[in-house]
Amino acid sequence: MFIINCPYCGERDQTEFSSGGEAHIVRPKQPTELSDDEWAEFLFMRKNIKGIQFERWNHSHGCRKWFNVVRDTSNDKIHAVYKMGEKPPINK
Amino acid sequence: MTQELRINNNKFIDQTTRLSFKFNGEKLYGYKGDTLASALLANNIHLVGRSFKYHRPRGIMTCGSEEPNAIVQIGNDPSLTDPNVRATEIELYEGLEAFSQNCWPNVKFDIGGINNLLSPLLPAGFYYKTFMWPASFWEKYEFFIRHSAGLGKSPTKPDPDIYDHKHYHCDVLVVGGGISGIMAAKLSAENNKDTLLLDDKNTLGGTTIYQNNDCFKIDDNHTNYWLEKEIKNIKNIKNLTIKTRTSLAAYHGYNYLLAKENITDHLSPDERKDKIRQRLWKIRAKKVIIATGSIERPLIFNNNDRPGIMLSSAIKKFIDFYGVKTGREISLFTNNDSVYETAISLKKSGVNIISIIDIRDKSSSKIVEEVEKHNIKIYWNHTIVNTEGYRRISFIEIMKLSDDGSGVIGKKIKLKTDCLGISGGWTPMVHLFTQSGGKLKFRSDDNVFLPDKNKTPSDQISIGSCNGDFDIKDIILNSNKDVKTFLGIENSSFDNLKVESSKEKMKRNIWLLPSDKPIGKTKPFLDFQNDSTAKDVKLALREGFKSIEHVKRYTTTGMGTDQGKLSNMHALGIIAETTGTNMGELGTTTFRPPYTPLTFGAIVGRNVGEFFDHTRKTAMHNWHVQNKAKFENVGQWKRAWYYPKNGETMFEAVQRESKAARESVGILDASTLGKIDIQGTDASEFLNRVYTNAWSKLAIGKCRYGLMLNEDGMVYDDGVTTRLGENHYIMTTTTGGAANVLTKLEDYLQTEWPELDVYLTTVTDHFSTISICGPNSKKILSKVIPDLDLSDEKFPHMSFKNSIINRIKCRVMRISFTGEHSYEINIQSNYAKNVWELCMDAGKNYNITPYGTETMHLLRAEKGFIITGQDTDGTMTPSDLQMDWIIGKKKFDFIGKRSLYRSDTIRDDRKQLVGLLTDDPNEILEEGAQIVEKLNQKPVEMLGHVTSSYFSPNLNKSIALAVMKSGKKLKGKKFFVPMENKNINVTVTDTVFFDKENKRLNA
Ligand SMILES: [Zn+2]
Repeated sequence: MFIINCPYCGERDQTEFSSGGEAHIVRPKQPTELSDDEWAEFLFMRKNIKGIQFERWNHSHGCRKWFNVVRDTSNDKIHAVYKMGEKPPINK
Repeated sequence: MTQELRINNNKFIDQTTRLSFKFNGEKLYGYKGDTLASALLANNIHLVGRSFKYHRPRGIMTCGSEEPNAIVQIGNDPSLTDPNVRATEIELYEGLEAFSQNCWPNVKFDIGGINNLLSPLLPAGFYYKTFMWPASFWEKYEFFIRHSAGLGKSPTKPDPDIYDHKHYHCDVLVVGGGISGIMAAKLSAENNKDTLLLDDKNTLGGTTIYQNNDCFKIDDNHTNYWLEKEIKNIKNIKNLTIKTRTSLAAYHGYNYLLAKENITDHLSPDERKDKIRQRLWKIRAKKVIIATGSIERPLIFNNNDRPGIMLSSAIKKFIDFYGVKTGREISLFTNNDSVYETAISLKKSGVNIISIIDIRDKSSSKIVEEVEKHNIKIYWNHTIVNTEGYRRISFIEIMKLSDDGSGVIGKKIKLKTDCLGISGGWTPMVHLFTQSGGKLKFRSDDNVFLPDKNKTPSDQISIGSCNGDFDIKDIILNSNKDVKTFLGIENSSFDNLKVESSKEKMKRNIWLLPSDKPIGKTKPFLDFQNDSTAKDVKLALREGFKSIEHVKRYTTTGMGTDQGKLSNMHALGIIAETTGTNMGELGTTTFRPPYTPLTFGAIVGRNVGEFFDHTRKTAMHNWHVQNKAKFENVGQWKRAWYYPKNGETMFEAVQRESKAARESVGILDASTLGKIDIQGTDASEFLNRVYTNAWSKLAIGKCRYGLMLNEDGMVYDDGVTTRLGENHYIMTTTTGGAANVLTKLEDYLQTEWPELDVYLTTVTDHFSTISICGPNSKKILSKVIPDLDLSDEKFPHMSFKNSIINRIKCRVMRISFTGEHSYEINIQSNYAKNVWELCMDAGKNYNITPYGTETMHLLRAEKGFIITGQDTDGTMTPSDLQMDWIIGKKKFDFIGKRSLYRSDTIRDDRKQLVGLLTDDPNEILEEGAQIVEKLNQKPVEMLGHVTSSYFSPNLNKSIALAVMKSGKKLKGKKFFVPMENKNINVTVTDTVFFDKENKRLNA
């Protein structure tokens, strides 16, 4: 049960948020030009890292905004929070 | 009543308030301040239960939450009885009734005791080895195991008690109100930190509060005197909240902790009325100070489990705190100095001490000298090799230890004793620390696992004996220093305390004490609650188990309700010793929350019954209730299911409603459908991307059905969307999918297509929807809204009009989910019930029939319309549903488009939607039933299953939708639906059963 610092609302309990999985997976601009394997890479493959992971979170019971979180999955420590479209404040 | 085991003039026990209670039916007395355990001991009752496997008599062993034996059932009221309560924790109240749990027919004569005689046949893994074969015997085994399992009985009726939840935020949380906790709380609160101090006992002070030994002094006074003064002081500090009878159950990340406050469990039933029983505290603390103390370890020797054998520290607490002598001729057995404190307490109260058996060569500490002055016989370098006494210990047999401690030598000495205090040293209570993610380190001097300062999650510290300080001097010095650093405090009122102490830290550790008998002939118990012995652990190791987690599960050591609080260290020690491993490398098993068991009541709090989840009701809900509707839950919504008349069954009601809707007119409350208002200059482009079909060319005032996919190409949701203006749409979603669809659309807008100018607003609750369908629907609507031109030219199917009913604006759509000519009125919810009644009034002469969700499902099935979530399950593409017509092949892209021609989604043997007709038109298939081609095949190949099935009153036969492998190619083919007692013959058909030409839409 961690605390997330929503970039729009401030610190809130984890129960107000929902996780959206790995961040910075860009939806291909021209999906029709992709092979099955390339499309499958986008569609199915996720890293699920033990350690520093870049994730998407949604303040679903708050402002309903999506944003990015840098979280260490081994101890839930959150190292950074930043808005969609912004560059990660920590090197990926 | 005489209580000759009771000492007078005890300040913790109120001897003026006598309380009566019952144990196993026998009426007994105790005093206010007693626990059930102390009251039983005052009545000379040690035997309280039987052991789990061998049914050996077991007695009260401890005075706290680590108690493995004295576990009782409180009360026998079917709704209030409480199982698995530790007698050492439950406070005595007038009328308390307790029962031993693990004995049948009673605690003194126990039939399961036969297991004790059979014990050579009950080794480690016994249950795994024996009860696994033959499998057909399992039912008999289960009966046997359940009857002798020894866990309490659950209440059989609903719990009438009230439970509460409380959210709490503080600067500093101090867990444990012993001497170090009191110091920490005072320092914190005095330095302007909002502080919460919790303790699971009813009084503060831990073990120091009854410590009045001359060898231990603070500022020249007994330690208890000093502490009492401090406790009095802290009660007046403003920003300090103190909660007693509150046990910390769980310590999660980010300093989120759960604690259970017992509010009425110590009160008599009369005093409990209308009060909250327990409160679960959900605490978020900026900093946490753990001061949970330590518990004494037993010693592991032959027959160490007889009633009357107790932890030495428990004997001391019973005499000093509760004023109860646990025996008349007490012996003490130790590997460290602790029992000498007990000896002095006993001596002060005039209890006869037979002897002290110490496995060490000697100890020259002040306290030992003090004991020696009293002429108590100390057997140095001796061990107990056996004990006697069935229901209560009567004799101990002792022998001299060999030099290396692995055997015994010399002559056996037999000593008469009725109570034996044992001490194997102390184990820091690190459960909460490890729950929070902290890692332990091993200190080999005294064999303890301690919080590793370098592997402690931030914003917490452990102080006192849970941090490995067992001497009062170390505790005070280090607690003061550590708390100051942790909270950034410069000066403390504890800086110049003068502390005197005596203890010799030396300890001789032998995990499994030797006997004169071979180990196979002995019973050295390790886990008293689960009845596993040191032998079992050794056997597990011989059989090849190496990991501590595996040994634990195989022998069940440490798997009882006490989570092995007393047994874990010895199990580890014996494994390390036997395998020649270093204990520190072996590591411990995982401690999981809760630290002590929690009631379900405390966990759920007030979220029971109607408060379990939100209930959403439509604006017309009361009308449905008044008209005797049966309701079904759809997500959180209560939806009218059907409206039975004159004792109709559900089947009869649905048949009547379905017929009426097609023959004249039906009316449905469709308000629960999700409604999303979409606005913005890119609204059309947005719809193009989220739906499979094309939207740019939809004219203003027109409606269109849309199918929404997941990126994997599978159908996700569907509904009709209406273009209200150039840049304005209203989308409807399924009832259950409304919230998820909005979230998904927001996700794409915010993260993938932020360049689109689109705004989404949920208006599900703001508008209510009344659907009127059937050949007479037009007549009804023309009465309700006379000004509206309802001609097919002006108001064709799939179009919309703004209108006004009684000065209230509304939107009317001509759309149909039944295949009938029908309209939907969308109106601001406050007016919806009124409009519904207007419609009912207008339809009086046309037999207007309200219908519920069941009839709606039947009518749409007649038309072969799918329900997402019923006919789809997240594995169906539009093509699988035979809905290829809805895919905008010319569109550049939409969510899921690329997935529609992945190698897997274009397989032609995918499961596809078909219609099914039973050969016997009166036979109705069961939804979920499997469809097969051959009956005598093994294994039978299952080709698909029925997704929707009804008896259609309009076709006078049963109809069904199903998904079948290669279903598109199977039209006209015959299959079987095998049921328990028969095989039903079916034929695959088209999915549309009724009005295939869609003539009725414009009828
Ligand atoms: Zn927010």
